[in-house]
Amino acid sequence: MASLRDIKTRITSTKKTSQITKAMQMVSASKLNKAEMSAKAFVPYMEKIQDVVASIAAGSSDVSNPMMMARPVKKTAYLVITSDRGLVGGYNSNILRTVMAKINERHTSSDEFVILSVGRKGRDFFAKKGYNIIESSIGLPDHPAFADIKEITRKAVGMFADGTYDEVYMYYNHYVSAISQEVTEKKVLPLTDIQPTGSTASYEFDPSAEVILEVLLPQYAESLIFGALLDGKASEHAASMTAMKSATDNASELIGDLTLVYNRARQAAITQEITEIVGGAAALE
Amino acid sequence: MKTITVNIVTPDGPVYDSEVSMVIAVTATGEMGVLPGHIPTVAPLGIGAVRLKKENSTELVAVSGGFLEIRPEKVTILAQSAETATEIDLARAQESAKRAEALLQARKDEIDYKRAELALKRAMNRINVYEGNI
Repeated sequence: MASLRDIKTRITSTKKTSQITKAMQMVSASKLNKAEMSAKAFVPYMEKIQDVVASIAAGSSDVSNPMMMARPVKKTAYLVITSDRGLVGGYNSNILRTVMAKINERHTSSDEFVILSVGRKGRDFFAKKGYNIIESSIGLPDHPAFADIKEITRKAVGMFADGTYDEVYMYYNHYVSAISQEVTEKKVLPLTDIQPTGSTASYEFDPSAEVILEVLLPQYAESLIFGALLDGKASEHAASMTAMKSATDNASELIGDLTLVYNRARQAAITQEITEIVGGAAALE
Repeated sequence: MKTITVNIVTPDGPVYDSEVSMVIAVTATGEMGVLPGHIPTVAPLGIGAVRLKKENSTELVAVSGGFLEIRPEKVTILAQSAETATEIDLARAQESAKRAEALLQARKDEIDYKRAELALKRAMNRINVYEGNI
């Protein structure tokens, strides 16, 4: 049996750990709040741009743009959104597992695809596998503004336009609720499935529908990616919060168990002492 | 006086929402003035100032990239970035103008040159809007 002092040390250290995880949980909770808000602020923009793109696409069927045309796929790009830090439960491993499964299912050789990674965890993982990472971005702020991620989205869309790859899939954790996030696969490019929305007003185009699509589609694709990043960030904070909460719960359970053991040991020591004193006194009589 | 609702939204959230009597924006083909009851139109925006005329005042918003969606009773401006005159960080705009100018002087390669030119344009636009001399 461990000595009284050993148990005491363990209790103290577990308590300290739980203080840290508790603090991290609260930090994540407040970050989650903010991430939720910025995701919400983005919704009107996304809805509007979707609206206009859809109404242009629906209104003029003869209008075409290279970004909307599926072409023979020689190379596929996977845009994988992970976090920079660990301590987020299954957040990263869920995504990476899904991506690996998809890659193994679709491709036989690693020349057929490229990786665009956001977040350190994803980059390290794919680098270890020896895959071709043509673009990686780390150190994204906790609450990314559009200007922060413009570089990534511009490159991702640009490389599709110049033919580096022929389709882009995006993987991220979709934020369902604070306790549940699900890995989502989304085809970003080519934009073949633009759903017409209910309110299709017919517009005049200045100068022409083609020119507008040329400007609009890259922005649309970029905002799809930005939306996923915001969603991913919200999920990351939620995952981190849940992970830290269960760490804190585990720590307090452990502290409870250890305290019980400690008290038993202390009581045993006292009993033994008394027995010894009584035994000593009896021997003197 | 007839008015038209103006909404300016960016990926980072709504920037402006109000009733105005006239909107003047810089589109790809030139300046465009929009009055209430305009025919539904979509036009891409350039880098420039959007002028929002009210009864007896004019507000300025610096926008860059995006497009303008017009409906008879509502104008929506979707911009990649948009700032009202009071939100502009003048020091930052001046800083980036200086940086862009230095890049332009250096004249390294075609792409950098174009990018610097755009950056300079955006910075100048912000400065102009801040100072109100449009």
